[in-house]
Amino acid sequence: MKLALGPVLYYWSCDTMLKFYDEMADAPVDIIYLGETVCSRRHLLRLQDYLDIAERLVASGKEVVISTQTLIESENDVKTLRKITDNENFKVEANDMGAVRLMANKMPFVAGSTLNVYNPQTLDLLAGLGAMRWVMPVEMSREALVSIQDNRQQNLETEVLAYGRLPLAFSARCFTARHNNLQKDDCQFRCLDYADGLILKTREGQPFLNLNGIQTQSALVHNLIGELDALQNAGVDVVRISPQAHHTDEILRLFRGCLEQRMPHASALAQIEKLMPEASCNGYWYGRPGLDFIHNNSLDSIA
Amino acid sequence: MPLNKIELVCPAGSLPALKTAVDNGADCVYMGFRDDTNARNFTGLNFNLANAKEGVRYAHAKGKKVLLALNTYPQASGWQRWITAIDNAAELGMDAVILADPGLMQYATKTHPGLRLHLSVQGSATNYEAINFYHELFGIQRAVVPRVLALAQVEQLMANAKVEIELFGFGGLCVMVEGRCALSSYATGDSPNTCGVCSPPKAVRWQETPKGLESRLNGILIDRYDAGENAGYPTLCKGRFDVSGETYYAIEEPTSLNTLELLPELLRMGIAAIKIEGRQRSPAYVGQVTKVWRQAIDSCQRDPLSFAVNPAWMAELGKVSEGQQQTLGAYYRPWK
Repeated sequence: MKLALGPVLYYWSCDTMLKFYDEMADAPVDIIYLGETVCSRRHLLRLQDYLDIAERLVASGKEVVISTQTLIESENDVKTLRKITDNENFKVEANDMGAVRLMANKMPFVAGSTLNVYNPQTLDLLAGLGAMRWVMPVEMSREALVSIQDNRQQNLETEVLAYGRLPLAFSARCFTARHNNLQKDDCQFRCLDYADGLILKTREGQPFLNLNGIQTQSALVHNLIGELDALQNAGVDVVRISPQAHHTDEILRLFRGCLEQRMPHASALAQIEKLMPEASCNGYWYGRPGLDFIHNNSLDSIA
Repeated sequence: MPLNKIELVCPAGSLPALKTAVDNGADCVYMGFRDDTNARNFTGLNFNLANAKEGVRYAHAKGKKVLLALNTYPQASGWQRWITAIDNAAELGMDAVILADPGLMQYATKTHPGLRLHLSVQGSATNYEAINFYHELFGIQRAVVPRVLALAQVEQLMANAKVEIELFGFGGLCVMVEGRCALSSYATGDSPNTCGVCSPPKAVRWQETPKGLESRLNGILIDRYDAGENAGYPTLCKGRFDVSGETYYAIEEPTSLNTLELLPELLRMGIAAIKIEGRQRSPAYVGQVTKVWRQAIDSCQRDPLSFAVNPAWMAELGKVSEGQQQTLGAYYRPWK
C-alpha cells in the first residue's frame, strides 16, 4: 500500500505552510494532496503558491494531486475550480460533481470522498469518466468497502482515510466566526488562531466535535493503524494521513514502519497515541458509530 | 410581463397528509416508500404500494402531481431494493423521482427513459457545473438546491444551470450541506445518506436529573433544560455545547426556515418550485402550512409589486415552527 498525505484542512500562516511542506518533501510519503479544500476566504496561499509547492514536491519524488474546494457556492469559487481543472501539470482530486464535470474525459482524476461513492454502479460510472482512484466516504464500513471492491474495475485505485480527525460536515455557516461573534463575511480570519481547530465538548466535558470554519470534524482522531492488514486484505491501494499541527512527520514514519513490516502494529498504536490531540476512534470501519473505538484483538497476539 | 408560476411542493408522510396537502392547494406532493430508500425513514411513516397507488390516484384526479423521493445512497447489499423502488415509481405513474445517487440515475435513465428525474437536495449540488453534470449525463430536469446558498448565489446559479430550480421555502433547516453531513452516523451509526435518518429516535433518551431535563443521543449529552425551558428534539446540530468554556448553540439554534417574505424575489428570479419540508410532521401541520403558502403564492402572483406578508400567515406558521423561531437561513447572507 502507498502512503498519502491529505490536504491541510486548517488555516495556517504562510510561513507555517511553507515549512510544513519543506518537511514533507523529505517525509516517507508517496502522494501529497495540496490545496484549500475548506474555505474560499482562506487566501494566504493562492493557487499559484500551491503549484509552486507542488513543483518542489515533485522534484523530491512525490506524486502530487491538487484538491478542489468541497463546497463550491459563488462564481468566484467556480472560477478557481476551473483554474485547477485546467492545469496541465498535476492530477486533480475532484471533491464536487462540478469538478468531475470539468475533468470528465479530459484528464485522469481522483474521485474525492465527498462525491459519495457508496456502490459499484456509481464507482463504475466515475471510472468511465476518467477516475483513476477513488476515496471511500468517511462513514463507510469495511464490509461495505469489500462489497464494492469485489466489483471494482482494474486500474482503479482505492484510497481510505486512515488517520486524522474525520471531516464530517460542511456548512454555509462558519462556526469559528460564530464562536467569535463575527459574521462569516467579516470573520477576521480567526481560523488562524486554531491550528488544530476548536474543540466542541458536551456540557459534561466529553470532546465531541471539532470546529474548523465551515467544516465540522470529529473531536476524536480516526485511526486505522491497527487495521492495516484488514485494509490490505480489502484491496486498498492507498492510505491517507490527514495533517495535524504537530507530529505529522512522526505519524507518517509510524505508518511507513508498519507498511514495511518493520514495526508491529500494536507498538505503533501505542506510540501514535502519544502524538494525537485526542483519543482514537475507528467505529466507522467496524460498521458502528464513528466515535466508537474497537480494539483489534489480533494485535495482541502479534505484540 | 407574465410571471412564471411557482409550484408549491408539499410533504406527504402518509395518505392522510397527502390528501390534506392536495385539498389545501399543493401543486405537487412528495412521498417516500416505507424503507431506507428515502431520507425520512421513520417508523410508522411513508407509503406501501397500495397507499402509494391510492395517493397517486387521488392527486391525479385533482390535477396535482406526485413525486417520489428515493434520495438515499444505496450500498451494494441493498441495491435491489432501490431499483425495485424505481421500477415501482414508473409502474405507479409517479410524475418524477427525486434521486441523489448517480448509479441510480443511470439505472433510471436506461430502464425507464420516460421517467422524469429530479436531483435531490441530498445530491449536494450547490453550483451550476454540478447541476449540469447531472443534466448532461442523466437528463435531470430539476434540481433541489441545498439550503446553503445566498439568494444572489442562487440567481447566479440559475443563469447558467440548464434545469429548473426548486428551493426550500419552509420547515426544518439543515445548517449543513445536505448529502455531506455524517454527524448523525458519527454519533449513532445511522446517517441520512445511508439510512435515511438524522439523529434517529431509537438513539434518543430523555432523563430527569437534578441538573435538569437531559436529552441524549446514543448516550451523548445534546442538551439540558432548566425548568420552564422548552425542550426540543435532540437533533445533534441543534444542541447546546461547550466551546472554550462558553455554553451555547454552537452550530445552530432550534429554528425553522421561513422564506415567505422573499416570495416576490423568488418569483422574479424564476424559481420553478418551492418545497415545504416536513414529511415526518402531522397531517395538521401539512394542512396549515400548505394553506398559508397557497394564499401567499396566489397573492404574490396576482400582484407581486404590492405583495405584503400577512401577519396572520406568519402567526399560523410560527405555531408549527421548531422552537417557535424562524429564520431566512442562508438566503439572507448575514445569517452565514
